[in-house]
Amino acid sequence: MNEILVTEHLHKEYEGMTVLEDINLTVKKGEVVVIVGPSGCGKSTFLRCLNGLETIQDGRVLLDNEVINPGRKNLTKVREKIGMVFQSYELFPHKTILQNVTLAPIKVQKRDKAEAQKEALALLARIGLEGKKDSYPRQLSGGQKQRVAIVRALMMHPEILLFDEVTAALDPEMVREVLEVILALAKEGRTMVIVTHEMAFARAVADRIIFLDGGQIIEEAAPDAFFTHPQTGRAKKFLESFSYEKK
Amino acid sequence: MDINVLLEYLPLYGEAFLLTLRIGWLGILLSFFIGVACAFILYFRIPILRTIVKAYIELFRNTPLLVQLFFLYFGLPKLGFHISALSCGVLGLGLLGGSYMTEALRSGLEAVEPMQIQSALALSMNKRQIFAHIILPQAIASSMPPILANVIFLLKETSVFSAISLMDLMFTAKDLIGLYYKTTECLFLLVVFYILMLLPVSVLGSILEKKVRYAGFGE
Ligand SMILES: Nc1ncnc2c1ncn2[C@@H]1O[C@H](COP(=O)(O)OP(=O)(O)OP(=O)(O)O)[C@@H](O)[C@H]1O
Ligand SMILES: [Mg+2]
Repeated sequence: MNEILVTEHLHKEYEGMTVLEDINLTVKKGEVVVIVGPSGCGKSTFLRCLNGLETIQDGRVLLDNEVINPGRKNLTKVREKIGMVFQSYELFPHKTILQNVTLAPIKVQKRDKAEAQKEALALLARIGLEGKKDSYPRQLSGGQKQRVAIVRALMMHPEILLFDEVTAALDPEMVREVLEVILALAKEGRTMVIVTHEMAFARAVADRIIFLDGGQIIEEAAPDAFFTHPQTGRAKKFLESFSYEKK
Repeated sequence: MDINVLLEYLPLYGEAFLLTLRIGWLGILLSFFIGVACAFILYFRIPILRTIVKAYIELFRNTPLLVQLFFLYFGLPKLGFHISALSCGVLGLGLLGGSYMTEALRSGLEAVEPMQIQSALALSMNKRQIFAHIILPQAIASSMPPILANVIFLLKETSVFSAISLMDLMFTAKDLIGLYYKTTECLFLLVVFYILMLLPVSVLGSILEKKVRYAGFGE
């Protein structure tokens, strides 16, 4: 009974067009679930439903047995337990790195400023960026920005972290520095739901792979099983799209 | 040009300069508050108020300040509101400037990336916190160039205050020319004092702009 996040018959439409259909997923404490699937299959939308950034038309999302639903009064309270990292980093350009990562803990969680800054500096040191604390986001590389965005999410002490293609906007040489931070978090036993197009990373980090296609869960399997013996034709075809052959 | 005449008129111009500056800054301050309030109403699409704000903007952007001042100065008393020439100047400038400031701030507010708001929401910030800490600072920074242009425009507009017999720079110059015909000296002083008023704003403005402009964070 150590499940943190549950979706039951989640159904999502945009203007009458079904984007997610009957999604049932349970994420246990400490589990790393990786969602893969072709572009436009609804991965981002699914993550956004999980923290109430999107309304859903049917079904429910439960975090620690509390319903997440946009419009509910306690939404911000429940959201504190869910950290999210975006593809485009979304650091606040007008704030320094230190301000970026301490803003919400201080303003939302009303934590002591000095204490929050101390924790922030320790976390920044872990990713080797304590020297950048007074820099502005635009002075950082993409990889550095994304690692700061991860620290910003961690600063809220979330129970679960959502990652939406966090390396998709990065130059290839910066992908690894970000993925290694996430791998380290997985080792610590963090609960995470990760959307990625990095298949080698998915295989290494996942406890479970969800293959989403056309807004439905098509396959759900352990990583080795999924990558070596996909059960469906659609998954096979999807995985083949990542390999190259000289014709 | 007679240097003695210049020295003789200097105190008169000095006084007029201070008055012009006072009306100018009070009016600009007022226009800024009006701008923030109206931009807020437009941005959050507050019903009814939004229509009023739109009508206000159209009205004030499409009529000359002189006409607005005449209306305030001669029209309001007829409606039973008595107001001094000075308040009239401040109010007129504030209302005219407010319509321009609203537009500047509104475009700044709309330029804030929706994803910025999403990421603030994901950090479980509420609407008020997001507006105060994320949207407003970014909006002010990106509307800095039009705001500064408005400030300079408004300071220049003060030259029509003489029409409601405020003893501003323009009034003083016209008055002295009419009395003593020292046209060259009077106009020279007028130009000097206007430059004195506007140049610091321009210089300060461009420094400020560099400091806070969106692209300038961290330079
Ligand atoms: N705001 C929106 N309004 C209307 N339709 C949308 C909106 N956002 C997404 N969609 C549609 O919903 C579907 C799923 O989009 P989503 O962004 O979740 O896909 P994705 O799996 O994350 O794709 P990608 O791998 O390209 O990021 C797509 O068909 C998309 O066009
Ligand atoms: Mg996506």
